[in-house]
Amino acid sequence: MKNRLLWPLLALAALLLLNLVVTPSFFEMRIQDGHLYGGLVDVLKNGAPTLLIALGMTLVIATRGIDLSVGAVAAIAGAVTCVHIGTSGDVGTAFVGMAIALVLCALLGLWNGFLVAGLGIQPIIATLVLMTAGRGVAMLVTEGQIITVNNDAYRQVGAGFLVLPISILIALAVLGLVALTTRKTALGMLIESVGVNPEASRLAGVRAKTIIWTVYVFAAVCAGIAGLMISSNVSAADANNAGLWIEMDAILAVVIGGTSLAGGRYSLTGTLLGALIIQTLTTTVYTIGVAPEVTLVFKAVVVIAVCLVQAPKARAALSFRKVAVSS
Amino acid sequence: MTALATRLPSRFLPVLATVVLFVLTFGVGSGLYDGFASGQVIANLFIDNAFLIVLAAGMTFVILSGGIDLSVGSVVALSTMVTASGLKDGWPLPLVVIAVLLIGSTLGLLMGLVIHKFDIQPFIVTLAGMFLARGLCFLISVESVSIKDTTFRAIATAVIELPGGVTITYNVIIALVVVAVALYVLHRTRFGRTVYAVGGNEQSALLMGLKTARAKVGVYVISGFCSALAGLLFSLYMLSGYGLHAVGMELEAIAAVVIGGTLLAGGMGYVLGSLTGVLVLGTIQTLISFQGTLSSWWTKIVIGALLLVFIAVQRGLIRPRQTT
Repeated sequence: MKNRLLWPLLALAALLLLNLVVTPSFFEMRIQDGHLYGGLVDVLKNGAPTLLIALGMTLVIATRGIDLSVGAVAAIAGAVTCVHIGTSGDVGTAFVGMAIALVLCALLGLWNGFLVAGLGIQPIIATLVLMTAGRGVAMLVTEGQIITVNNDAYRQVGAGFLVLPISILIALAVLGLVALTTRKTALGMLIESVGVNPEASRLAGVRAKTIIWTVYVFAAVCAGIAGLMISSNVSAADANNAGLWIEMDAILAVVIGGTSLAGGRYSLTGTLLGALIIQTLTTTVYTIGVAPEVTLVFKAVVVIAVCLVQAPKARAALSFRKVAVSS
Repeated sequence: MTALATRLPSRFLPVLATVVLFVLTFGVGSGLYDGFASGQVIANLFIDNAFLIVLAAGMTFVILSGGIDLSVGSVVALSTMVTASGLKDGWPLPLVVIAVLLIGSTLGLLMGLVIHKFDIQPFIVTLAGMFLARGLCFLISVESVSIKDTTFRAIATAVIELPGGVTITYNVIIALVVVAVALYVLHRTRFGRTVYAVGGNEQSALLMGLKTARAKVGVYVISGFCSALAGLLFSLYMLSGYGLHAVGMELEAIAAVVIGGTLLAGGMGYVLGSLTGVLVLGTIQTLISFQGTLSSWWTKIVIGALLLVFIAVQRGLIRPRQTT
């Protein structure tokens, strides 16, 4: 466990060090109007949606699945809430809007779960359906417009502060909740057992299908909350661009964190580190003054590097699994 | 006829379903709108989707081998960028074409080697390739670069007159040639049969002494080459290079292949199916533009729904080897 987290930790430390060299003011913190400001706080604030989605993704990947639809689900959540709020500045309306959005996201998760566990379709392709159609649905909800809202309560979710940014507090709360429910109960082990071999788990009395449904619903709700943060941060819903490519970032975070794409084992701390690495990388590229679009090149290099570092292990795990299945 | 029916294996059923779907959608269009069932509308299907046909042909190889290539859309964008900026800097056109095709094939080769040598999942490697290619676009230029080269523009606007007053562009010819070559390679060469075998069961293929490594790496080279070629066609179509060209086109290509009846687990499917898949997607777009009041986002929803139906059909008609 320690070994697996060593590489991500080193990478994060190296990135932070690079920032310190390039912009010495990066680590400065100051408190203004009861809010904490600074480079690190920015990383946390902007990284919150990725972290949330990566958390949901971690559990899905642990069951040997993948959820490509999270970006589209995030866009739908933002769209539904903003359309519900409309011109209202009322606190109640904001909460009702968010509740409707999250319930809808849970339903979308149920749908993914149904395709994967109910019909037995490969996860990558089952969620591809919602990924393609989801953006269309979000466009349908917003009628192709960018909906702007002016609601203080709603703005708090993504842009508010409670000393620390509220968005990161929400993300950390979800992280704590997941850590408690999966690591302090047998749930985490059951999820991993489904990832190793769903059929064997079922025969051993694990409700494999129920677990698969659950992780997809959880992933969709996480994506929904992240979508609320993204849209609330700018007080607008953009069906086309909200959460675009965030599924890729989330998968990256999970992989960097040492969770195997082949399923069967996961690390929540690793995912937290992975999400921080992704966000620090993005921030670093900004501060160094390279065009933000070029971040993609760095991300590609990081993915390949991380995959190569983990390759011999992944290989050993895979060959072990093949033997286990065929015997 | 009955002999043919009994000899028709169930593996042709998904492709047949796609053909029926194409005929149906086209029939609906012709019934609803005057001028829909014209030769030019069919020709336009090919003209507007030539690059997608080439992409889908390359993607068919990868999916047949049991892999997936998410980088194709970005490689298309990179190719348009290299074409546009190369021509702007005064490179001769043949050199640009060779450079673009080499870049695409090399990217594919690299991804294939990483996938094969290190046994990393194709999904994550080509995801990295997707990021890399898009990032490289922006390294060349963040802005859109328009193509002003006169020869290039002449090729782009040249039309070929077919009997019946129907016109097509050179793009269509290139796309159809690619499909023909793909058909030949898949069904008439040792490499093609190995691709099917690897997709069916890699272990068995290896034990049979087939050159699985060559096939596994080769499919990504083919897909990279096809993406680069599709990028050239896309440059001809758009007459500009831009890092945000072809966003999400990898999904359209995958959707076309799946709707075309290729099994995502690998080992079963046809290039002609993928071609029909592209035509179905094109017809839906044409239908929606003929209808006029429906917004373009309905296209996405319909494609999603179609994907779903076809995956369900796949599940129903062919019991895959693995149930999970």
